Amino acid sequence: MKRIVYREWRLAPARYWGILGVLAVMVGAGLLAFAYMEHEGHWVTGMNNSVVWGTPHVFAVFLIIASSGALNIASIGSVFRKPIYKPLGRLSGLLALALLAGGLMVLVLDLGRPERLVVALTNYNFKSIFAWNIFLYTGFMAIVITYLWSMADRKGDPFIRPVGVFALLWRLALTTGTGSIFGFLVARQAYDAAILGPMFVAMSFAYGLAVFVLVLMFGFAEDRRPIGARMLRRLKNLLAVFVLAVLYFTLVYHLTSAYGAKDQGLEGWLLFDGGVYTTLFWVGWILLGSLVPLGILYHPVRGAEAPWVAAACVLVILGGLAALAVVIIASQAYPLQLFPGKTILESGFLDGVGGQPAPYHPTLPELLLGFGGVGLALLITAVGVRVLQFLPESLADEVLPIDEETIEQPVAKAA
Amino acid sequence: MVTAVSTTRTHAVALLWILAVLTAMPASARSTVVPGSEAAGLGACVEPTELMRRQHMEFIKHQRDRTVHGGIRTSKHSLAGCVECHIGHDAQGQAVPIDRADQFCGACHAYVAVDLNCFDCHAAVPRGPMAGSLAEAARRAVDEAQHGQGAVQP
Amino acid sequence: MSERGTEIDRERRRLLGAAAGAGVALVAPAVVVRALETTPRDAPVDGRVRWGLAIDTAKCAAGCTACVDACARENGLDLQHPPEGAEPADWATQRAVWVRKVRLRDDQTGRETNLPLMCQHCEHPPCVDVCPTGASFKRADGIVMVDRHTCIGCRYCMMACPYKARSFIHEALSDQLSHVPRGKGCVESCNLCVHRRDFGLPSTACAEACAETGHGAILFGDLADPDSAISRFLASEPTRQIREDLALNTGVRYAGV
Repeated sequence: MKRIVYREWRLAPARYWGILGVLAVMVGAGLLAFAYMEHEGHWVTGMNNSVVWGTPHVFAVFLIIASSGALNIASIGSVFRKPIYKPLGRLSGLLALALLAGGLMVLVLDLGRPERLVVALTNYNFKSIFAWNIFLYTGFMAIVITYLWSMADRKGDPFIRPVGVFALLWRLALTTGTGSIFGFLVARQAYDAAILGPMFVAMSFAYGLAVFVLVLMFGFAEDRRPIGARMLRRLKNLLAVFVLAVLYFTLVYHLTSAYGAKDQGLEGWLLFDGGVYTTLFWVGWILLGSLVPLGILYHPVRGAEAPWVAAACVLVILGGLAALAVVIIASQAYPLQLFPGKTILESGFLDGVGGQPAPYHPTLPELLLGFGGVGLALLITAVGVRVLQFLPESLADEVLPIDEETIEQPVAKAA
Repeated sequence: MVTAVSTTRTHAVALLWILAVLTAMPASARSTVVPGSEAAGLGACVEPTELMRRQHMEFIKHQRDRTVHGGIRTSKHSLAGCVECHIGHDAQGQAVPIDRADQFCGACHAYVAVDLNCFDCHAAVPRGPMAGSLAEAARRAVDEAQHGQGAVQP
Repeated sequence: MSERGTEIDRERRRLLGAAAGAGVALVAPAVVVRALETTPRDAPVDGRVRWGLAIDTAKCAAGCTACVDACARENGLDLQHPPEGAEPADWATQRAVWVRKVRLRDDQTGRETNLPLMCQHCEHPPCVDVCPTGASFKRADGIVMVDRHTCIGCRYCMMACPYKARSFIHEALSDQLSHVPRGKGCVESCNLCVHRRDFGLPSTACAEACAETGHGAILFGDLADPDSAISRFLASEPTRQIREDLALNTGVRYAGV
């Protein structure tokens, strides 16, 4: 086993600044969209009094849970003692920070009164799961920064494992908490489910890893650094397991809902009559976001080819956005069941007359704000890997550490 | 008898305020009160002017919590009271929004470049059937605070 | 000096005017000083009262929107206009509504019911539980409302409300009424005409308007007072809460649903 060498991202300046430029434009467009929404009010978005959280929240929640999931690699390396992942720990931490920053930016800039952020940080209702999450997010930032320090500084070595364990527990709480933002809502049929907590944990693993692998592959390809077959196989197998875990939770969630008469209306609508939401569920979440990537990742030939693995990651990410659109938007579009056994014939406030779902049409500013968050996350990552030593020089098979720590110390005894 | 005593004391207090205000205030500052508003005819605000200048936001903030959460409407620091007393009028006698850049709140906030967002939500002119009651409650609170100083305490 | 003199004179006149009234007030503070129709509250609300509504759906007429219109007038909701460039269909989903009429048909029996639906002023309001800043709160007298000073516009309360009672202000407002501050970026809902409560006025705009039409379907009053009209009604008539399964102990009760 060779010593791992970390190097700054060495792209030609023109190429590097070009990438930064594209990301800065994304962030800038997001900020402009925010300025427009903030100046005009939310009427310029598709969000309304029925669907109160829309596209920005899909992006924000995606980025936040992906942030937690991006730290997987660091956790597996230092907590679960798999030395092969250790060279990727630093990138894992950086990406976690960057994605969280991007997600929080979207979340905060969508507020009706974003200038009152300081109010949110100084007035707490400790019964609110949302308030708990504010602590979980800010705490996560601090912990990951400590984690990065312990990984990067020689003096930090003894702290890697304890900090890693703490970070792992914290991010499990964070994603469970994010899922519980929805799971704790007793009012809506699609929520009010404890399973949303663990489901979000599984989602975070899958989406975070997909983002991580994609960023890793791009970063390495640009700088002509090698990723060996061993590492690729590890990563793609891990991703496949996480995608399967999401599918499992999805199955249990919908079976539970479909079983009793109470929620059959919701399930029938979502799975068969929900129009765009049905498409998002079956085509986006299940087919393109889960089954196709699983097919690629477990394919004996394609699964070992980097471009196909990258394609699988892209699909998992798009499927993740579709899944969150279903979880966040479709769940609100389905009318509240105020009067079970009765049909609403008329209403002065869109109460689902005749069972109709609430309308929601995403608008450009919402999308731009969401992409602005993605841009910020990638911008932070791009700057980070350029100025500091986050990326290992090589992930070629021969330089990688062993897969697992064994009971005996790995002493290379040549036969 | 009680009335007479309290009136005299009030006069003394009021006089002190006015004197304090006149000596403490630079001449230029006098013009900040909009001519024609009720306030323009009064010697002092609900607190000494220097205090109002520096701390009006604190007064309003404390009052707002008492009003929103406790339902208390008899505060001399009522924002509706501020608007009522400081509102200016145009040539047609129409009230002019108080946060406009040439009006009482707006002019000063523009001068010191401090964002003023009370009137994002609050009416910038007295409006609606209860505007009178709100103003009246504030006015009475001011009066009672001034008169009550001598009379209520033993 | 002369300027000073006139000022003191004006001040004196005003103070004298006030003192004439205040003199009476000092002797008998309970007596209303001036000819006012209102008595502003001077002590914090407490739990000795719990405001609520009782709605007799049998009396609620199809097609009648008197309560909705009265609420809009009372709270300045009729002053909101679609922003320039807004599609009417979108605006219909984004404008603020504090009370709406709903017409229902029982799927089995075909029986139709009309009712007004508004904030149910729960004893255990989910909107209050979830609000991250505590802006969504329940007053001691049972009124559930939003402190707009600390509302950051996250809309989580709207996600949590089982009754879809809340509205987010999607556009800048300028014509607010003095007694109903409201503005862009905050969430709001029915507050049982809290200004009327605080100034000692009777009833709510909706209940008053309903009574004026002769329907009398909405009864407002103190649920904590067993002798109030609303308590007597609720004690004698079978009523229920909407979404009783959530055990929120709503302050708004319905007969005939």
